[in-house]
Amino acid sequence: MKTYECDVVVVGAGPGGSMAAKFCAEGGLDTILIEKKAEVGAPLRCAEGVSKKWLEEVGIALDPLWIRADMIGAVIKSPDGTQFKLDESKAGTEVGYVLERHLFDKALARDAVAAGSKLMMRTSCTGVIREGGRVVGIKVKSMGEEAEIRAKAIVAADGYESQVGRWAGIDTNVKLNDLNSCIQYRMVNCDADMEYCEFIIGRSIAPGGYLWIFPKGNGVANVGIGVMGPLCKGGEPKEYLDRFLAIDPRFKDSQAVEVAAGFVSTCPGLDCAVDDNIILVGDAARIIDPLTGGGICHACRTGMYAGKVLVEAAAKGDFSKASLMPYEKMWRDRMEDKLYRNWMAKERLAELDDETINELVRLISTSDIEEVNVYNLLKTVKEKFPKVVEGFEHLI
Amino acid sequence: MIVNYDKCLHCGGCAGSCPKNAIFLNDYILVFNDDCNRCGRCVRLCPVQALALEARA
Ligand SMILES: Cc1cc2nc3c(=O)[nH]c(=O)nc-3n(C[C@H](O)[C@H](O)[C@H](O)COP(=O)(O)OP(=O)(O)OC[C@H]3O[C@@H](n4cnc5c(N)ncnc54)[C@H](O)[C@@H]3O)c2cc1C
Ligand code: SF4
Ligand code: SF4
Repeated sequence: MKTYECDVVVVGAGPGGSMAAKFCAEGGLDTILIEKKAEVGAPLRCAEGVSKKWLEEVGIALDPLWIRADMIGAVIKSPDGTQFKLDESKAGTEVGYVLERHLFDKALARDAVAAGSKLMMRTSCTGVIREGGRVVGIKVKSMGEEAEIRAKAIVAADGYESQVGRWAGIDTNVKLNDLNSCIQYRMVNCDADMEYCEFIIGRSIAPGGYLWIFPKGNGVANVGIGVMGPLCKGGEPKEYLDRFLAIDPRFKDSQAVEVAAGFVSTCPGLDCAVDDNIILVGDAARIIDPLTGGGICHACRTGMYAGKVLVEAAAKGDFSKASLMPYEKMWRDRMEDKLYRNWMAKERLAELDDETINELVRLISTSDIEEVNVYNLLKTVKEKFPKVVEGFEHLI
Repeated sequence: MIVNYDKCLHCGGCAGSCPKNAIFLNDYILVFNDDCNRCGRCVRLCPVQALALEARA
């Protein structure tokens, strides 16, 4: 059996893995990045919407290659059609670009390679190797051949599946309440507004989740839905999406050119995303916005933090949990409060019936919010509907 | 487990949701191991109803 040796092996070439590999390699570490699929960034499992501000924070330079559409606002709709439209002046950080994810992910993988990482495609991690109670590498199947990759540390960036962490003894299981089962069609020849991202909430439309329309220009839009775990009894996501598309006149002459499925976790992140010789990033660490399901920026940030912490750990020659704990502090300092707040908001929203949601959206649309973001929306809800934010008022 | 590959979109959602970590998505093929306790979670969660439990032997 072939054996590879390196400082850090990164499992999964999504945004989290590529960013981690890039920062490890830039810091001089011998880095191997593996990806089980035959193509980075495909098939699509994403609605491709991101806000604008965080790209600079993680050092990603804008490239028109992967920006498909620039949004000027967002629309939030309730089941009876009440809508709240935010234009750019008010939309704050919550709207931004609609990406070409397959090109975005490839650009990040390229950056990882340019920094010196070795990228192995069609290479699945199938387990971890333990010696003396420690994880010393991973078992892989690479282009059909079994092999071992021995490393001082592992970055688990294997996305929602999050199996590498579990093989290494970290509990990454999500509660049924804390996940959404999703399906999305890429619709062509539709009449959706090409400059606004649309979010439709309410039990009768998307039980415990929401339905999104993210436009990509030229009559093309990602239209998808997420349904909360306990409300899935068998096939609901597809049924609800099909029903919506059959009724909404904007899709009368529209057809899908792509069908994608995927899951998002909606908890506020793992209790601890590090252990001896291993760090979990992005979706694998369940670090994703529990209210919006937006996780691209979280994956990039946590990938960057993991890379930086591993470079420091290598300088000390110590990859123990204690030595990797700065990672835990970095992501919590940056994101924990917001994740927790949005997790609570998600739990409450899921409990509301259509009438209450209608009223909520009407109320927001008539109130005078300066810059609209989740924080300010919740502040308005707190004033008018204090019950909805009970238990996490202190975060608003 | 019975997988209907005419429906499955190989999203890996069932694998990520299985409390026993008993499912592995081998790119386009799902592999189930013996840890499965037939809880049915993957069956109800699949967005396109591609999974069904086999009748008990
Ligand atoms: C339907 C849907 C819509 C979404 N919409 C948005 C959105 O609009 N905006 C947003 O910001 N986020 C969105 N998200 C979330 C976003 O897609 C994720 O948060 C993001 O992709 C996480 O990046 P990651 O690097 O952690 O994981 P991923 O991008 O999932 O990458 C993980 C990689 O690891 C590979 N892998 C898995 N297991 C193994 C293994 N054993 N061996 C080797 N490789 C492996 C996978 O093939 C994959 O390439 C959406 C998610 C879904 C499901
Ligand atoms: S959740 Fe359904 S569509 Fe996704 S991989 Fe599993 S069986 Fe296939
Ligand atoms: S039935 Fe339960 S234990 Fe078995 S594969 Fe599905 S989710 Fe896992």
